[in-house]
Amino acid sequence: MLELKGIWKNYNPGSVNELCLFRDFSLTVRDGEFVSVVGSNGSGKTSMLNIICGSIDIDQGQILINGEDIVKQKDFLRQRRIGRVYQDPSKGTCPSMTILENMSIADNKGKPYNLGRGVNKAKVEQYRAMLRPLNLNLEDKMGVLVGALSGGQRQALALLMATMTPIDFLILDEHTAALDPKTAEIIMELTDKVVREKGITTIMVTHNLRYAVEYGNRLIMMHEGKVIVDKAGEEKACVETEEIMGIFNRISVECGN
Amino acid sequence: MALLLSVLEQGMIYGILALGVYITYKILDFPDLTVDGSFPFGAALTVRLITLGAPPAVTLPAAFLGGALVGMCTGLIHVKLKVRDLLSGIIMMTGLYTVNLWVAGTGYVAIFNKKTIFDNGAVNAVFPAAMGRFKTVMIIFVITLVAKFLLDWYMNTKSGFLLRAVGDNDTIVTSLGVDKGLVKIVGLSIANGLVSLGGCIYAQQQRSFEISIGTGAVVIGLASVIIGTSLFKKASFLRVTSSVIIGSVLYKGCVALAMFAGIDANAIKLITAVLFLIILIISMDRKKASQSQGQRKGRKAC
Repeated sequence: MLELKGIWKNYNPGSVNELCLFRDFSLTVRDGEFVSVVGSNGSGKTSMLNIICGSIDIDQGQILINGEDIVKQKDFLRQRRIGRVYQDPSKGTCPSMTILENMSIADNKGKPYNLGRGVNKAKVEQYRAMLRPLNLNLEDKMGVLVGALSGGQRQALALLMATMTPIDFLILDEHTAALDPKTAEIIMELTDKVVREKGITTIMVTHNLRYAVEYGNRLIMMHEGKVIVDKAGEEKACVETEEIMGIFNRISVECGN
Repeated sequence: MALLLSVLEQGMIYGILALGVYITYKILDFPDLTVDGSFPFGAALTVRLITLGAPPAVTLPAAFLGGALVGMCTGLIHVKLKVRDLLSGIIMMTGLYTVNLWVAGTGYVAIFNKKTIFDNGAVNAVFPAAMGRFKTVMIIFVITLVAKFLLDWYMNTKSGFLLRAVGDNDTIVTSLGVDKGLVKIVGLSIANGLVSLGGCIYAQQQRSFEISIGTGAVVIGLASVIIGTSLFKKASFLRVTSSVIIGSVLYKGCVALAMFAGIDANAIKLITAVLFLIILIISMDRKKASQSQGQRKGRKAC
């Protein structure tokens, strides 16, 4: 279970650009939930993910994972139990390493990176088997540099790499936003499959309201650092895209967008 | 013949330095000026050890470890004190000038009649007198090869994978639950260890230490890396490490030719700078061409 309790976050404190994003922000994500988060630009969605992952510090508040406060933990330590896929496909992979090397390095997460061989030949077939269901022919390109792959292929690989080892949370930061509609659809279906199969607790930030409604079992809309819509379970299952779109338009108009 | 031997000897010695520069410049994407200090540091440490009567073979690991320590300091300044990469190197390079004078004792130390890795009982017993003139180049060749293979091996370990990843995309290193700062420090240590090893061999080949040998060392290293990597880009049978060493030999060859053609020795630095500029321009053109073909992303500007 992930709990954000009484989070305060000020950007540029003490300057004219001071911006108070979170005032006493709280959110609880229970185990096994697949939460879709929507909201306009600047509503604090990505900041929230960065706060969970430790990429930005908070001024006040608690971040609890299964009751343990991780606020003081360094970002890389927190990410040992978190998998993250970014909007930019190049952030989740190493372009100058091959697919096999990328998968090997991801497979070693949580174990020491010592002077043992980087690639375990015995696992190549296992990696191929993981790539085959993607239907992107990546299983035949194990020796190809990831930099030569398309954005969609890289993102599929990044998703696999993020979920290869046992993790407590999967964080998806607009991970389909940089892809064409068809590829985005493929990646989204793949995400749903991986999350269901492994039962990973997932937080997905998206600008695609349809994805937010179609996938996941909880939907949150954020606005100016607050959760303004929170629907889970039965309630979430009945939500229509139009309804969310309506709320979205209304708050946007209030803001003068 | 003497000229060719000298080019091969110096080319391979600077090839070891270039391996270090390759790690920082190409893999870590870190313009490391520490090299101008760590190269003479290895040389200073070596003449000191040899004048103290240490066995010559000891100088090699000692210089590597000393250089690694220097690189670690650069890394700590950059990572822990958050000083910019270029400035961290400049600070270390400047400070090392004094340290090198302290270690060596003075700005010039000769070790003409001392035992070196090229001239000691064991080596003289192995090589027959007739092969005397090839002795130095063969020993350098073996050391360079060992350094190259060790680096190749390291780059394919789990730790080496992290080093390659951190220069490529440091976000992923954090995602893997590893401190990216630590990986950078390890990379800088290995790089400067190699550079210092180059300085160690250089001092023994020259049979002297001179404080000014560090000036421009980083430029020679960069030129070797860029010549090697851009010239042999298509040669897939060559590992990058081999290309870099060959690049260094070619660079030394060019300089020797210029000297042989009767160019004023005082002009050598200017020639180096111009040569370096030309190499940069040529390799940039190649980069643009390959970019338009969409083969590689050109994040690392040369």
